[in-house]
Amino acid sequence: MVDGNLVEMGKLIGAGLACTGMGGAAIGVGHVVGNFLSGALRNPSAASGQTATMFIGIAFAEALGIFSFLVALLLMYAM
Amino acid sequence: MEKQSAFNIHPMDQFIIDPILTGDSLEWYSFTNQALWMLISLVSISFVFIYGSRKHQLVPGRLQSIAELMYFFIRDMIIDIAGQEGLRYFPYIFTLFILILFGNVLGLLPYSFTYTSHIAVTGFLALSVFIAVTIIGFVRNGLGFLSLFWISSAPLALRPILLIIEVISYFVRPVSHSIRLAGNMMAGHAVIKVFAGFAGALGLGAIAPIFAITAVYGLEMLVVVIQAYVFTILTCVYLNDALHPGH
Repeated sequence: MVDGNLVEMGKLIGAGLACTGMGGAAIGVGHVVGNFLSGALRNPSAASGQTATMFIGIAFAEALGIFSFLVALLLMYAM
Repeated sequence: MEKQSAFNIHPMDQFIIDPILTGDSLEWYSFTNQALWMLISLVSISFVFIYGSRKHQLVPGRLQSIAELMYFFIRDMIIDIAGQEGLRYFPYIFTLFILILFGNVLGLLPYSFTYTSHIAVTGFLALSVFIAVTIIGFVRNGLGFLSLFWISSAPLALRPILLIIEVISYFVRPVSHSIRLAGNMMAGHAVIKVFAGFAGALGLGAIAPIFAITAVYGLEMLVVVIQAYVFTILTCVYLNDALHPGH
């Protein structure tokens, strides 16, 4: 794509950059689950009561990654 | 603009809404593939719950077990998170869960259409939750519902700043609530189709992408159920805020 136009190139680069935000969400979700596990292995009897809280935490951390994915999709297909 | 692509199928093609009965033109009354798959999910939901609850056996059969498991799963979730008085809203929350769960799972069938992958659908669901929760909050607590934004346990100097943050986060709720579900469904199903595109392009070497599709498909089975769960549990959390606004 040597002769592609500049706007298209900018869109694709922008979409790629937006996807780096998903890495941040991955780190966040990893933190949530990792800390949940390290707590759960210390006190396994309390773990089952807190899985719902873990999923809520995952959902909040993940939402921001989904936002950046959405920005990438908008750049590629909608603009 | 014509795009050159190595894929013979485009991974986003599965999300195109097309009319089935009325030819090519998309009117407001068109019967689209989205309506078709909503109808299919309605039929399967009715099948599971009508046949599952037909006999009322003490030792449940398979279908009755499925129906009972889902029923008690949501019931326990509401009691855990929103308390006993949240059970008044059980039918609504259960309906949300079942609609999203069946939409997600049926969307995994080949050639099917995932209606929960469209923000038009999830946005409506999330907005109705948002409006319902706001109305419930004001009806149950009167103006005391506004104490949700005025955090009395924080230092006085911090409260105006927290007020702004809380109000913003309250109004962003329907956005994140809907985009989380739609984005997850769209991304997950598109990933499967991307690997399917690799398989089509590779010919005989397609064995590797096919294994990858199997693995991603297994992951997607997990994700679709978890997303339905997350949507429901967040509805319960918002409902809890409306029922008990004090922090």
